[in-house]
Amino acid sequence: MSGKKYDAGVKAYRDTYWAPDYAPKDTDLLACFKITPQEGVPREEAAAAVTAESSTGTWTTVWTDLLTDLEYYKGRAYRVEDVPGDDTCFYAFVAYPIDLFEEGSIVNVLTSLVGNVFGFKAIRALRLEDIRFPLHYVMTCGGPPNGIVVERDKMNKYGRPMLGCTIKPKLGLSAKNYGRAVYECLRGGLDFTKDDENVNSQPFMRWRHRFEYVAEAVKKAEAETGERKGHYLNVTAGTVEEMYKRAEFAKELDMPIIMHDFLTAGFTANTSLANWCRDNGMLLHIHRAMHAVVDRNPYHGIHFRVLTKCLRLSGGDHLHSGTVVGKLEGDREATLGWIDIMREKFIPENRARGIFFDQDFGHMPGLFPVASGGIHVWHMPALVSIFGDDAVLQFGGGTLGHPWGNAAGAAANRVALEACVKARNEGRDLEKESRDILSAAAKHAPELAAAMETWKEIKFEFDVVDKLDVATA
Amino acid sequence: MEMAIRDYDSRMGDPASKRFGVFSYLPKMDAASIRKQVAYMVEKGWNCAVEHVEPARADDDYWYMWKLPMFGERDVDTIMNELTACRNANPGHHIRIIGYDNKHQTQGLSLVVFRGDG
Repeated sequence: MSGKKYDAGVKAYRDTYWAPDYAPKDTDLLACFKITPQEGVPREEAAAAVTAESSTGTWTTVWTDLLTDLEYYKGRAYRVEDVPGDDTCFYAFVAYPIDLFEEGSIVNVLTSLVGNVFGFKAIRALRLEDIRFPLHYVMTCGGPPNGIVVERDKMNKYGRPMLGCTIKPKLGLSAKNYGRAVYECLRGGLDFTKDDENVNSQPFMRWRHRFEYVAEAVKKAEAETGERKGHYLNVTAGTVEEMYKRAEFAKELDMPIIMHDFLTAGFTANTSLANWCRDNGMLLHIHRAMHAVVDRNPYHGIHFRVLTKCLRLSGGDHLHSGTVVGKLEGDREATLGWIDIMREKFIPENRARGIFFDQDFGHMPGLFPVASGGIHVWHMPALVSIFGDDAVLQFGGGTLGHPWGNAAGAAANRVALEACVKARNEGRDLEKESRDILSAAAKHAPELAAAMETWKEIKFEFDVVDKLDVATA
Repeated sequence: MEMAIRDYDSRMGDPASKRFGVFSYLPKMDAASIRKQVAYMVEKGWNCAVEHVEPARADDDYWYMWKLPMFGERDVDTIMNELTACRNANPGHHIRIIGYDNKHQTQGLSLVVFRGDG
């Protein structure tokens, strides 16, 4: 019997939820929050408030608290730390008992951790920086429906990154014209082409027509080149019923891969779709539309590394990661951190990469990071060097903008990629010899020479001097 | 910028339009270049294996194994000799060399080094 008496009234959060002597259990779910408190709120109180509002607490004691065992169920803020170079905010580390969460439900984890607390008045701003999922919880999740190894086997592609291209213009093409663009890219040497994330089923092109013409384009390019091809058919829809209809039709057309926008569609739909893909042998490409709404502000929102972990658990075989060499130059280390989160079995704590906790994914397969956005042939050596082989490199404008058309653009990218991989395997320095490697390859490939000429204004240099991160955001 | 457009001349049924994964978009590799790729596979700790197939069956997942994978073989010349032996025994077949990565349960590299159809 609990000896506690009911003591109505408001208590300081820290009395119940601040536990600096607590040693987190292996089974606990851990979170790191960057808290910007209101003036005059002590750190321990702010950390405890966040903990309470994301676990069992509320603003006043209630008699029903005593009907349960709060000592067992409550979250505990066990540590606070300075943010390097910024004293307006601090890191708070919180441990949640595993029994607070429904097995296999990322939806439930997010509702609990970020559902209520971000509007809390005592906090000016709040960012969820990282989550440590205990292996016990990871085991309840489905994970990538196929994973890197199975995808390589299905597509019969080894020893290099894969190449893709998003079909442009974003919106407005008819299904037949769209299929033409797909066919030209694939016959030229790309592995995949992609629906843009907002191509769903609009008046200018209904989904069923697009799927039919794309399937014909994929099959023809396969027969012509002898290599396996795919197009990420977007099954994102307004209802899950429509989503399933589209996925089923893709399977009926014998297509190898579909795509889904996991944030706009939501984790409930995404996890269901991933389970369907696992059951039906379908590869699943995930686009991160809407991520920047939550992950871009360094003080408020959810860091992309958290979204990455959530997606890996929910399920996907590809996830967009950013390109490092494009507009994201300053975030190189952070990007490498979340690429590890996508691919590796075990990711150790590494503050230089913004990884706050050891994360063990156990037997769960890894997924492919997808580098997409503003890249072209001149970036190829850097991309191969940074991403390694287990990645998909996507060149939209960098394929479709070739002066001789998509097939030539695709061939240029494929030649550049293979030349870089060959050089790397031979032990050459991709950084220092990039211009020589590309120029030598261009001698035998007029498409590549034309591409290099078209985009030669780019300042051709690596970000060799890694900017030292003052803060890990 | 003016650049006269060139036609892309890939054709269905044209053997020259057929590709075979990595390095098949680069000019045919000479023996020295192939050696370097074999040396890379050995250095990575992968087990090299030789396979071959009739050109008409090139899309099959399973090609004919030449003997067994050369588990633990670190001598590049020995591996190159098996490649040549397989080719001599199977004129007209595509010949490829694979690097099995048993840590990741995948093939670290797989390249066609001789084409059976010229």
